[in-house]
Amino acid sequence: MSYIVKNLAQGDRELIAFRVGDQEFCVNVMAVREIRGWTKATPMPHAPSYVIGVINLRGAVLPIVDFSARLGMRKTEPTQRHVIIVSQVGSRIVGLLVEAVSDILTVTEDNIQAVPEVASSLVKQYARGILAIDKRMICMIELDSLFPENESEAA
Amino acid sequence: MDMNEIKEIFFQECEEQLAELESGLLKLNDGDRDPETVNAVFRAVHSIKGGAGAFGLDDLVSFAHVFETTLDCVRSNKLEPNQDVLKVMLKSADVLADLVTCSRDGGSVEDSRTRGLVKELEALAKGEMPSGGAAEAPKPAAAAAPAAVAPTDDSGFQPIPFSFDDDFGSDDAGKTMFEVTFKPRRDLYSKGNEAALLLRDLSRLGEMSINCDTDALPALEAMDPEETYFSWTISISTEKTEQDIRAVFEFAEWDCDLEVNEIAAEAAEELPMVPVPFDLSALDDEPAAAPAPAAEAPADTKMAAAAARVEKKEAAAAPAAAAANNAAAAANAAGQTIRVDLDRVDRLINLVGELVINQAMLSQSVVENDTNGTSAVNMGLEELQQLTREIQDSVMAIRAQPVKPVFQRMSRIVREVADMVGKSIRLVTEGENTEVDKTVIDKIAEPLTHMIRNAVDHGIESPEKREAAGKDPEGTIKLSAKHRSGRILIELIDDGGGINRERVRQKAIDNDLISPDANLSDEEIDNLIFAPGFSTADKISDISGRGVGMDVVKRSIQALGGRISISSRPGLGSTFTMSLPLTLAVLDGMVVTVAGQTLVVPLTAIVETLQPEASAIHSFGATQRLISIRNSFCPLVDVGRILNFRSTQANPVEGVALLVESEGGGQRALMVDAIQGQRQVVIKSLEANYTHVPGIAAATILGDGRVALILDVDAVVGASRGQSMKQDGGALKADVSLAAAG
Repeated sequence: MSYIVKNLAQGDRELIAFRVGDQEFCVNVMAVREIRGWTKATPMPHAPSYVIGVINLRGAVLPIVDFSARLGMRKTEPTQRHVIIVSQVGSRIVGLLVEAVSDILTVTEDNIQAVPEVASSLVKQYARGILAIDKRMICMIELDSLFPENESEAA
Repeated sequence: MDMNEIKEIFFQECEEQLAELESGLLKLNDGDRDPETVNAVFRAVHSIKGGAGAFGLDDLVSFAHVFETTLDCVRSNKLEPNQDVLKVMLKSADVLADLVTCSRDGGSVEDSRTRGLVKELEALAKGEMPSGGAAEAPKPAAAAAPAAVAPTDDSGFQPIPFSFDDDFGSDDAGKTMFEVTFKPRRDLYSKGNEAALLLRDLSRLGEMSINCDTDALPALEAMDPEETYFSWTISISTEKTEQDIRAVFEFAEWDCDLEVNEIAAEAAEELPMVPVPFDLSALDDEPAAAPAPAAEAPADTKMAAAAARVEKKEAAAAPAAAAANNAAAAANAAGQTIRVDLDRVDRLINLVGELVINQAMLSQSVVENDTNGTSAVNMGLEELQQLTREIQDSVMAIRAQPVKPVFQRMSRIVREVADMVGKSIRLVTEGENTEVDKTVIDKIAEPLTHMIRNAVDHGIESPEKREAAGKDPEGTIKLSAKHRSGRILIELIDDGGGINRERVRQKAIDNDLISPDANLSDEEIDNLIFAPGFSTADKISDISGRGVGMDVVKRSIQALGGRISISSRPGLGSTFTMSLPLTLAVLDGMVVTVAGQTLVVPLTAIVETLQPEASAIHSFGATQRLISIRNSFCPLVDVGRILNFRSTQANPVEGVALLVESEGGGQRALMVDAIQGQRQVVIKSLEANYTHVPGIAAATILGDGRVALILDVDAVVGASRGQSMKQDGGALKADVSLAAAG
């Protein structure tokens, strides 16, 4: 995570913002390997409901996670317009199915507000901060905690 | 290149030398008396010693030195390499291997063991050596012979006859006359040696005269500045021995053609030194570039395999009478190898895997868009397909390695374990050159070790028992490998007592593996030894019999996609048969459809496929169904149901049944919806980015670019068995619920 430290030292960080339903989220740009269009995934037997399946990413088998379902929201019905954010989580590569990528943001530490105390929700559990940009609210997500490495439940 | 890298190379070479050493000793043990074999053994120890010296590995050097001295006695025919001698030597080879390992990884070898062996070796060397103590074989040339025969060093090289005008006088006291021919090879200079310095060192040993042979020197414009053209003939009169002379060239020995011949006495001083007329007529067909027989040439070709081509040519250029009459050495020289980092090979294999998938995708989309199938694109694609397949096969061949190193390791284990339990056992290996993917080789060593230990400990009876049974007191274990129908078959056959079925059965009952009234066939009883927690040895020994034996073996073989079975005949011995895939990278599979999903079933698991008729399907209890195949009933397993692809059972009549044989024995009929075809698929790991999925062995990518899952037949069958036993979904479901909880 040295890059974060470095970016913090410079006082700003770059984030990729994306839309899921009517909410906006963002993740550190350094964790994102590429963004690609939706292709049909091969369903996995006995997979948790938020794992849509696996796709072929240039020869590697890439699990696709429905980001919305992972945060306990509505399950996504993927269409051609949906995109997959291919991200590095620990030593694994995981594809996040989201509705659309909306923005690339450069923010300073000051822009990031603490997550407010709300009743338990999955989102709160994984959120690392909230950004207020142009009257929009963007929730910053830490992918590493979303898919912990040692959990037998990979995705 | 820093020191550590060089050291790493040294250790790699040591491993090769140790393998050479062991195989040589085993050959000798089998009665091979080819002097070249003895030489190979000697050379192996010598090279280890030389390298170890350079790195200051003193323990290694001193042990290798003693070993070498004893081997030299064998080389010079002073010590007959009989069984007892070889036993010590094989043990020494083991200790040498241990010393090498310790030097690399740290740790230490039991001092007493080393010292004991040193004593034994020294005794062997002394016991047979003449009081002179010198290791070389001073055989004065037959003075009366018209063509004096140069003394051979018993290394199997054809002596070069050369004629002298004078007869020699008899050996004078003190001083001996040697003729040294020395031809450097280019490597000598590239390694920083210098002929002049060597000659100066030599001159310190005694009076000498030098003749430089410049015949090979080409015209200036044809000269390769890095090539060597000169050779020297030195006659030296000295009190020292041949060994001392050779010692001067010690560090250059592998990079030059060196011959030291003792020519008798002072009288030889009158010998016309320049030029010595060698009778090379017998070697007309050999390019006689250097006047010296390449005493060490074949050694070099074998040793420096990495430096292959250049060396080989040079060795051949030397008038290698030896090489000419030694087909074995020639064959070795022909098998040129290079050392390549495994990662690079793996990357290449991965890339070729991509290429194959891409090519299949391309073909598919062209076929979809090209209705008549005759366009030039289509034709070109077919060629591409052929080429990619060939590339894939060739790349796979790079990883293929003979099983020899693993088999060789086994001989050591047999020796050690047999020693420990006081049995006398011979290991016979067959088909060591059978090739199989390196990953498979790496992974069979462990189960094989276990099985060998078991065979020695339990399989072969004690010598007394064997004699009482009218057998050869020496037991035989045969280890063989061969290719059969795209798999490698490894058999381990012992001529021991076979499986004591009564005891196995009793043990199984004691351990609650079977019920006392179970009615088992002989085969079923034999296979009980693969059950977890089973060990028949009455006393738990160091060697085997900790109760974690054969089931571990079986599981690791299964993990490789292999199977193991046993057949045993009381009093005659047992045969373990392992069948393993040749590679873990590709797999022959049957592509099937299950509930709209494409799955790949490993072809090796499938016994037959059939279209069930309604009349053959019988309900058995609430959910189970059996299918009758030629009057035997076989449980039907709905793959779609097991994998949760659908919630209700499919109608068997609408699908296809794949009759599979599982490791647990017994057959199952797997129900799938349709068969799409057979094809070779590249195995992709699911675990890399996802997690292990019960019932799924791995994934692959099909021609349409989509991921297809490869079915783990054993797991599916196991789950179906659990289901029928526990009624609640069995092992598979239990695993899943665990996973879901995470």
